[in-house]
Amino acid sequence: MISDDSKAISEKIKVAAAEKRALRIRGGGTKDFYGNEPQGELLDTRGHAGIVAYEPTELVITACCGTLLADLHEVLAKQGQFLPFEPPGFGSAATLGGCVATGLSGPRRASAGSVRDFVLGAKLVDGRGQLLAFGGQVMKNVAGYDVARLLAGSLGTLGLILEVSLKVLPRPPAEMTLCMELPQAKAIESLNRWAARPLPLSASAWRDGELRLRLSGAESALRAATQALGGEAMAPDAAAKFWTGVREQTDEFFAGEAPLWRLSLPSNAPVQELPGEQLLEWGGALRWLKSSAEAGALRAAAARAGGHATLFRAREKTAGAFTPLPPALARLHRELKNSFDPAGILNPRRLYAEF
Amino acid sequence: MPERSVLWQEEDTRPYECDGLTAYRRVPMVVALPESEAQVQRILATCHALGVPVVPRGAGTGLSGGALPPGDGVLLSLAKFMRVLRLDPVARVAVLQPGVRNAAISDIAAPFGLYYAPDPSSQIACSIGGNVAENSGGVHCLKYGLTVHNVLRVRGYTIEGEAVDFGSEALDAPGYDLLALAIGSEGLLAVTTEVTVKLLPEPETAQVIMASFDDVEKAGDAVAAVIAAGIVPAGLEMMDKPATQAVEQYVHAGYDLEAAAILLCESDGSAAEVEDEIARMKAVLAAAGATRLAVSRDEAERLRFWSGRKAAFPAMGRISPDYYCMDGTIPKKRLGEVLNFIGAMEKKYGLRCPNVFHAGDGNLHPLILFDANDPAELKRTEDFAAEVLEKCIEVGGTITGEHGVGVEKIDQMCVQFGGAELEIFHAIKRAFDPKGLLNPGKAVPALARCAEFGRMHVHGGKLNRPELPRF
Repeated sequence: MISDDSKAISEKIKVAAAEKRALRIRGGGTKDFYGNEPQGELLDTRGHAGIVAYEPTELVITACCGTLLADLHEVLAKQGQFLPFEPPGFGSAATLGGCVATGLSGPRRASAGSVRDFVLGAKLVDGRGQLLAFGGQVMKNVAGYDVARLLAGSLGTLGLILEVSLKVLPRPPAEMTLCMELPQAKAIESLNRWAARPLPLSASAWRDGELRLRLSGAESALRAATQALGGEAMAPDAAAKFWTGVREQTDEFFAGEAPLWRLSLPSNAPVQELPGEQLLEWGGALRWLKSSAEAGALRAAAARAGGHATLFRAREKTAGAFTPLPPALARLHRELKNSFDPAGILNPRRLYAEF
Repeated sequence: MPERSVLWQEEDTRPYECDGLTAYRRVPMVVALPESEAQVQRILATCHALGVPVVPRGAGTGLSGGALPPGDGVLLSLAKFMRVLRLDPVARVAVLQPGVRNAAISDIAAPFGLYYAPDPSSQIACSIGGNVAENSGGVHCLKYGLTVHNVLRVRGYTIEGEAVDFGSEALDAPGYDLLALAIGSEGLLAVTTEVTVKLLPEPETAQVIMASFDDVEKAGDAVAAVIAAGIVPAGLEMMDKPATQAVEQYVHAGYDLEAAAILLCESDGSAAEVEDEIARMKAVLAAAGATRLAVSRDEAERLRFWSGRKAAFPAMGRISPDYYCMDGTIPKKRLGEVLNFIGAMEKKYGLRCPNVFHAGDGNLHPLILFDANDPAELKRTEDFAAEVLEKCIEVGGTITGEHGVGVEKIDQMCVQFGGAELEIFHAIKRAFDPKGLLNPGKAVPALARCAEFGRMHVHGGKLNRPELPRF
């Protein structure tokens, strides 16, 4: 069942643009913490919900922005399929629109790809209230610039994502998790070495001297990989609970008041000697850091290592949630923002203070 | 610029008059062959200051005329950018200049057990810079993705001569995903000077099944059955009988020439996985009505089965003076309908059209055989192609899956997109290139052109831009 709220959404945006009134686009509100502080009048997307099309043999699902992620997971699971990028919900109210707008991917990201990798098409309402459609429901499509993928991670600053088509995949037939003790440097080295071999790794997490590896695939592949990797197999329930904890940040590592930083680095970047506790994911390419260290110092360290640092969760974000852009890219960002939202009313300053 | 790096005599510039789409030709005013980023930067800044158009060109294998030269500007060839700047087997990345050939990437990565996944048919000739411009695919996209899924970072220069880095060697970069925007932008946004690609571990082993069908639609249903069984083949290709017959004479791939269509269905992974998956694939294909199943017995036979598919285009060149390759993508379930439509068009236009098809991802390559020396036949070919592309849009697909719009499909863009979307494309272009000097006239049609073409896509019965003249 589709509940179509597109006309009302488009009308609200048109009026707000005419009155230069800022709008804060929001689905279930589970990711209000992400990015800079939301500003403006609430524009709730949950009235536009439902699955528009799902054809398991096409490996494509199309759904409205207000559709609950939980509902999508359920519909896909019935056909033995899933969203390979394993998006975090950060709460049961999470919607598809928020998932794509934040562009956040879960533990499977390093092996399967990110949200944007699976976006095939999107409908959006831009800052003028125009309904626009880009991409489509097919795997290969190079007609026009890839605006649908550009929306992933744009935090609603280019338009309200109304509808998204995603590539989906069959769920792997079997899964198991191995646990082993390794110091961080050795874990980073091993993860990179293993990633260069055809092993069915689907997730990794290191914390406090313990490395966990999730394997997904055919039973035969898992058996062979277990022999190659070593370690102790975790009980399936405990393993499932562990990966949910990492994905949803309900794991005890994420508890406490210290600011949570997300360092996105080349996977083989050496151990980052920074004040605070760390949890590594994505084969070494993602490093969570709980630290009260100064933002400039952390961003400089991430840049030296070839990546960037996001202030993910914190009580105050005066340092800006995201790493500032070099001037040439900052100019392109402003121009793009202006192309989609000339009145500057959609989620202003959520991504960068300049717009 | 060093001597012999700027060409302006017609005998020197003539070889650059077209790319892989030879139906469109124009001798460039000047060809520049820079050797360094500093030279690229100067050329762009100079052209920008003088208001001179610039068309970037890689290996010139593109099939949509994306590198058709400007008559009044500079053709910027990146052919001298051929160096591999870095290969890091630990981080599994290679940093390449844009002129490095696609197949060469896997060659240099092979000693480390790594390879670069996207494998367009032209991979022995096409370059990574061109792959980035077109978001090239290949025969293994369903499982391993397109260029956009396998490139981490693109460095380039805007028309103003400003250096820009999209993406990074981390798995994401702050801000908008400009990397996704740059890949497939057909050289309209920036000139690529460096590409960082992801390298994957070579699968331990691979085997391919050749499945024969006595009916094209049955073969199409078999594709859906494989996917429905929860299998994601490493490659899943279809060829119809006219295609296999043309190919067989050329490369002797060992195809079943009696079959109305054949499927090539590949499995890769560990030996145990492949054995298991091939058995499942065979069962599904047999149940879907395959009349014959042959599994490659060794690597040589596997490569031979693929050689026919990869040689499909040149094989057409042997049986016809010219061929015109289309590139629409459709939802797989509409395959039978679209193939029947193509059959009807063969009769309507009196032209033969063998079909090769990236079945796993719905990407069709009908190949219309014609003689370009006969202007009437060329016209019939173009009309044939236009009808097929519009059929692709009608069934919910797209006019181009991997070859790009270029100059070739620019009118069909008016059918696929509405005026509001085209306006957004133009605004994106202006954000990168306010004067519109980089590869002008390609990929995105001017609204006036769509009005002239008379096929403006109409949203909800309302015509966009009613103020434009139409005739």
